This record gives sequence, C-alpha cells and structure tokens, in this order.
Amino acid sequence: MCLAIPGKIVEISSDNKDSALVDVVGVRRRIDLGLLQDDQPVPGDWVLIHVGFAMSKISEQDAADQMNTLRMLGEIDGAMQEVQGYGLEDAQRDPEIQ
Amino acid sequence: MRSEIRKSSEIHLRQARKTDARNAEIRMRFVDEFREPELISKTAEEIRRLAGKERHHRMMEVCGGHTHAIYRFGLKDILPDNIELIHGPGCPVCVLPMGRIDDGLSIAQDPDVIFAAFGDMMRVPGTQGSPLEHKARGMDVRIVYSPSDALKLARMNPGKHVMFFAIGFETTAPSTALTLMRAKAEGIRNFSVFCNHVTIIPAIRAILDSPDMRLDAFIGPGHVSTVIGCRPYEWIARNEGKPIVVSGFEPLDMLQSVVMLLHQLRKGEAKVENQYKRVVPWEGNRAALRAMAEVFELRPYFEWRGLGFISQSALRLRDNYAEWDAEQRFQVPGIRVTDPKAAQCGEVLKGVLKPHQCKLFGRECTPEHPIGALMVSSEGSCAAYFNYEHRKAALVNSLTSIA
Repeated sequence: MCLAIPGKIVEISSDNKDSALVDVVGVRRRIDLGLLQDDQPVPGDWVLIHVGFAMSKISEQDAADQMNTLRMLGEIDGAMQEVQGYGLEDAQRDPEIQ
Repeated sequence: MRSEIRKSSEIHLRQARKTDARNAEIRMRFVDEFREPELISKTAEEIRRLAGKERHHRMMEVCGGHTHAIYRFGLKDILPDNIELIHGPGCPVCVLPMGRIDDGLSIAQDPDVIFAAFGDMMRVPGTQGSPLEHKARGMDVRIVYSPSDALKLARMNPGKHVMFFAIGFETTAPSTALTLMRAKAEGIRNFSVFCNHVTIIPAIRAILDSPDMRLDAFIGPGHVSTVIGCRPYEWIARNEGKPIVVSGFEPLDMLQSVVMLLHQLRKGEAKVENQYKRVVPWEGNRAALRAMAEVFELRPYFEWRGLGFISQSALRLRDNYAEWDAEQRFQVPGIRVTDPKAAQCGEVLKGVLKPHQCKLFGRECTPEHPIGALMVSSEGSCAAYFNYEHRKAALVNSLTSIA
C-alpha cells in the first residue's frame, strides 16, 4: 500500500474543484484533489494517486516510469484493481474479495 | 619473479572477467525492464568500489514498498557481501496487533454495521479469523479502495452504519482526515473510522533505541515523505549520527541511494538527502499536514506488533470528531492479544532475525496459510522473502536433486 499509481487529469468537476476525472491507462475514475489544494492540477497534468487521492504532481516521464516500476514489482494488477474500484463502480455487484 | 607477475596479472584478468560477467548479467536482467540498464550496472560498480572490503555496512530500509522492491529486483545479489540490507517496520498491516483487528470486527458483529477496509486487510488474521472469514460467516464486510468510498457507502446505506477500519502511515492518514472533514461538513452521521494510523518517526526511534540493533544508515521511505517531507528525519542524522537518504522505488533509485549513503559513511558524515526529488518535496505536503492536524491528535502510546508500546506513535480522532470515532461510538473489548509463542514476528520486524530464521517460516507459516502479518501482506518481509528467495532456493534444490 506504500505504492502510488500515476494518472492523467482529464477533467475537473465544475461543481467541486476537489473532484477530478483521471485516466489510468485507459481506466477513468473520479479521484479527490483535496490534498493538492495548494498546487491545483489542471487537465493534462499527471499525478500520483494513493487510495483515491492525488498526492503529488509528476511529469509525464515519471508517470511512465512509475507505471513500469509497478509492472516490474508485480503490482500492476493490484493497482488496476484499486483504480477500477474507485467510486464503488463495481459495488452494485457484491465485489469479490480476492 | 616473472611467474609472480604473470600470476598477478592472471588474477587481475580473472577479476576483470568476473566484473564483466557481473555487469553483463545486470544489464541483461534490466535491459527490457528499465530505461538505463547501463547506468544500473555502472552504479553497481560504483557501490562495489565505495563499499571497500573491510567495513560491514548495515542499512535499514524502512518502508514495505522498498522491502518488496529489494526482493523483486534482486538487489541483494547486486550489492557486495559487506552491505547488509535490514528490513524495517514500515508495513502498516504487519505492525497492527491482532487485538485491534478483533476490536474492529467486534464492532461489526452488529448486523447494522458494515465493516469497510482496504483489500490488504481482508486476510489479516484476528483471533477468530480474518475479515474475509467473518464475511463468510455472515458479517457485512466490504472492500473499499479509498476512505472516500467508505463514506460513499454510508451515503448509499442510510439504514446502516459504515465503520471504516483505517490503517496506514502518513501516506494514507491525510486521506482519512479529509474524508472525516467531509463527513462532518455534510453531517453524515452513519459513518465512523476505527483509526489505526501510525507514524513512522517513532518507529525508527524505537529501532534505534533497541539494544539488539546496530545500524549504520537508513534508506528513507518514498511516499510517506511526500507528505511529511525530509525535515522529520533530521534528528536521525543530527542526534544519532546516521545518514539517511529518501529513496525512489526503481532499482536505479535504490542503488543511487546506496551510493549516496556510502559517500556519507566514508566521509563520516550524517545528513538527510533526498534521492527522490522528482516526487518528494523537502517541505512535504502542507495541505495534507493541515488536514491531519485538523482531525487527528497523537495517542499517548500505542502498541505495535513486535515493537511493543511506543509513545506518541499513533493517531486518534480529536474530540470535535468524537462522533466519527468508532472507538467512542462503540464499545470495544480492547483485549491485548499476544502473538502465538512460536511465531517470531517481533524479532523479524525489528530486523533482529531474518525471515527464514523464524521457526515457523515456510512450514506452518506461508503466504497460503499465514500465521503472522508479515506473511499476509505482500510488503511484509516474510512474504517478500518467501516469494522470491525461498522459491528460488527450492527450485535450485529440486534441480540438483534430479541431477
């Protein structure tokens, strides 16, 4: 759980500037930008995400490297499972605990 | 005379060939995986040069993510024998005493309570079984991937109470804090947090105070530091005289951090350095620290599995958040549970024992049927060691027994 997942900000919510749609290798979910209030990201920015919250802004190269590192650590499935779980998107079907 | 010169040059030639072979192996290992395999082998060479032969260097990596990386990337094979990597207690699942899991689960015995937690909590054993096992027996247990989703569950289930079982170091605590601020602002009353957030500095202090530990340097946590910054580590350098380098997670990051530590050790220096500058700001994340300060205060003391009671090492909700504090909303048994006598989780956690030195390792205690938390979490040193080294050794044994 120490690791963080890189994602690209797609869109900031118009009625809540702390809520953003993020893209993580094609999977789109809402994450919370509340921890980056002092350094608000804009669409196109890359961020490191941990438990559904953006923790810091990073470069696109760093995002690619981080994705690669997650892959090499065997963490990519866990990371994608986490991202897909954001917002309880699968909550309607009782999520299977793996 | 000439034969001596020839012998000496033969030795040098052999050593040069060994170096070439080692470098080739390192390049091959990383060539498809990371951008700069050449740089990795160059850095490995520099480590060998700097490490010398006489001194034995003991370096502790604090965070579970680094433990995992060390095993996964085979960094111990790359480092010379006189650099010893010792695993620290930076795995929040691993340091949680069993009694706390029992406490959280006892609250959720109430059929109107939903127990919500991250996936890595689901298989952690309490005395009556893990959350997953409780789910199988009828408890309403849900995985969430964010504390804000636990709050969302509460909004979606107004007739139930959602209790979020919060764990994690300072990387995770700010997210729990923000979620509580939102719950309060929105007046969501069917939500509470059972807070097991712990702080990394007191754990490092406890390790350094431990009489059976001798350490020369630290590899500092990567993502905790994005929140707390690098300043909190200054006392390690100043008061304890140990160098510490905050490190990223790629092989090159960790090897570069070892180089930086060796430079300091050779010069007899002790300071805090940031190898992970691209992600970690020296001052940390002010917004995250503000959220934590708003919602949490330090417990006078907290029990850590393996390390015992450590003062001011864990967080609880402030009085003005009492309504969202599961420990205040509900009665908890609060029974201390000691680990099974044979399990040596504590000593492995402190780095006194290596995982395979625990009597239960690989026999009664494996990732498939874990006895202790260091085997349940993939960041736990026992699970990491088991998955990479034990299997490698078993493979070698089986191959040689066939031959």
